[in-house]
Amino acid sequence: MSKPLISVRGLTKVFGDFTAVDGIDFDVAKGESFGLLGPNGAGKSTTMRILAATSTRTSGTVEILDKDPEKFGPLVRAHLGVVPQQDNLDGELTVSENLYIYGRYFGLSKKFIKAKIEELLEFAQLEEKRDVKVEALSGGMKRRLTIARGLVSEPDILLLDEPTTGLDPQARHILWDRLFRLKEQGVTLVLTTHFMDEAEQLCDRLVVMDKGAIMAEGTPQGLIKEYSSKEVLEVRFGSDRNKEVAPQLSQMCERMETLPDRILMYTEDGEQLLEKIAAAKMHPTTSLVRRASLEDVFLRLTGRTLIE
Amino acid sequence: MNTGIDVPQIQRFGALYIASARLKSMSKWKAIIAAVDIGNPLFYLIAVGVGIGVLVEQGSGTSGTNGIKYIAFIAPALLANSAIAAVMDETIFPTIEGFKWRKLFFAQNATPITGRQIALGVYLSALCRAIFSVSIYYVLLLAFNVVDFGPSILLIPIAVLGGGAFGAIILFAAAKIEKDDQFFNILGRLVIMPMFLFSGTFFPLSSMPIYLQPIGWISPLWHATELGREAAFDYGTSNLMVSVHLIFLSTLVAIGITLAMRQFERRLAK
Repeated sequence: MSKPLISVRGLTKVFGDFTAVDGIDFDVAKGESFGLLGPNGAGKSTTMRILAATSTRTSGTVEILDKDPEKFGPLVRAHLGVVPQQDNLDGELTVSENLYIYGRYFGLSKKFIKAKIEELLEFAQLEEKRDVKVEALSGGMKRRLTIARGLVSEPDILLLDEPTTGLDPQARHILWDRLFRLKEQGVTLVLTTHFMDEAEQLCDRLVVMDKGAIMAEGTPQGLIKEYSSKEVLEVRFGSDRNKEVAPQLSQMCERMETLPDRILMYTEDGEQLLEKIAAAKMHPTTSLVRRASLEDVFLRLTGRTLIE
Repeated sequence: MNTGIDVPQIQRFGALYIASARLKSMSKWKAIIAAVDIGNPLFYLIAVGVGIGVLVEQGSGTSGTNGIKYIAFIAPALLANSAIAAVMDETIFPTIEGFKWRKLFFAQNATPITGRQIALGVYLSALCRAIFSVSIYYVLLLAFNVVDFGPSILLIPIAVLGGGAFGAIILFAAAKIEKDDQFFNILGRLVIMPMFLFSGTFFPLSSMPIYLQPIGWISPLWHATELGREAAFDYGTSNLMVSVHLIFLSTLVAIGITLAMRQFERRLAK
């Protein structure tokens, strides 16, 4: 592997007596799509703000393109595109004015920005909204504009903090498609998410974070293989009976998680397990066999679900 | 990296990029800004020139105002006060908006632009707005025959200096006070209003009881007003006092903008 674009060692950030990020290490290679997966409050956004060369760290080392972002903030930021969790567009300006002004902050020439705006409007599917005030856009459109804005300087690395949180399913899929295109173009992506499907779709490699620490690292498939069985059988007996039947069920599978509303049974063959349960004269009110996901990895690692 | 990005260039001119973005935002409000900047002076000039001024001069002539028409006596204060109001408008709201409401500063700071440049850019754009407001006011003073065109043109930079001195401190306060937006309502009523009344605006500071005079001494409005009177009407202010006024106002600018730049940088780096 060539030298990583981003290299983080022992990164720690303390706010007062709260440790938001607690000694994490990771590298991101050129062209890679790297994810930080974890629930709200895991320290993902804090990590992202440090990677964005805007927030200071308490200890540890960070190198982005061989430079310490704390010492060379403007130089490092010249290479970055940043998409924060909360859109911070200028609502009083139009779509194209937002892109133009942002390009000017990078000191880019008018001629370059004007041409770039055409390209970005097409990318963000906002050609028809170019002269519309940002206030009037839908959530999905604002999000796409924020991403387009982050690309105005043709960054080497695009940092996306919770890119699809708060969007409806259709808007999310449009956005995933756009991000996938960037990935194909070789843009290095670093993103945080608490949606396991998003992490599985977009990340080549990811770390699972909880309470400021990294719990595991790997490819989505590799993590699932390492921390979960191939399939999961979800059964529901009704909230009162779930606990009652749990001891009997646990004998039938490799591992089991009892959640308030359902029981997750980890197995290599879900259908077979379901037959075994039926044979034991237990009749769940609903049952579902599915492939294991990163949600199961997270549950295994932390004993909690991603979205609580 | 995009080869068009010249970081040293941004380090030199970043504050100007921010200021020009601010001016673009302001231009969206140009109708309202123009209405305020023309309407406000008109109200004062009519009310004081035609109303109160006549009453004052009937009572004591111009003996209390060193021989100057009453409306002309208060004109430098009105001008400086208008600069202060303009600078406050263009520092408080953009700063709260930038840090809290729309978080625009965080977007700006994600580029090579620094927190210090953002502070300076907001400040410069506020001064531009003050120049605009004060210039309109000055033209109206000429139109109402309150001052004659000539050295009185110095009233414009003096008023802007007064507004800038107060504005630099306000810019720092707006960045420093993170939680309590009510502060700025109280500021208007308990600081701006008394400052306007007790800074030698409507009567010479020396005609107030001595224990009230310190309000004037620390008030940028008083210093700017006294400078303006001297510049426009040869008011008889000593050279020493002219220096004191200039040094006081410049020092406030320097202290305020230094603190503001540091505070912007700190708050963005949290």
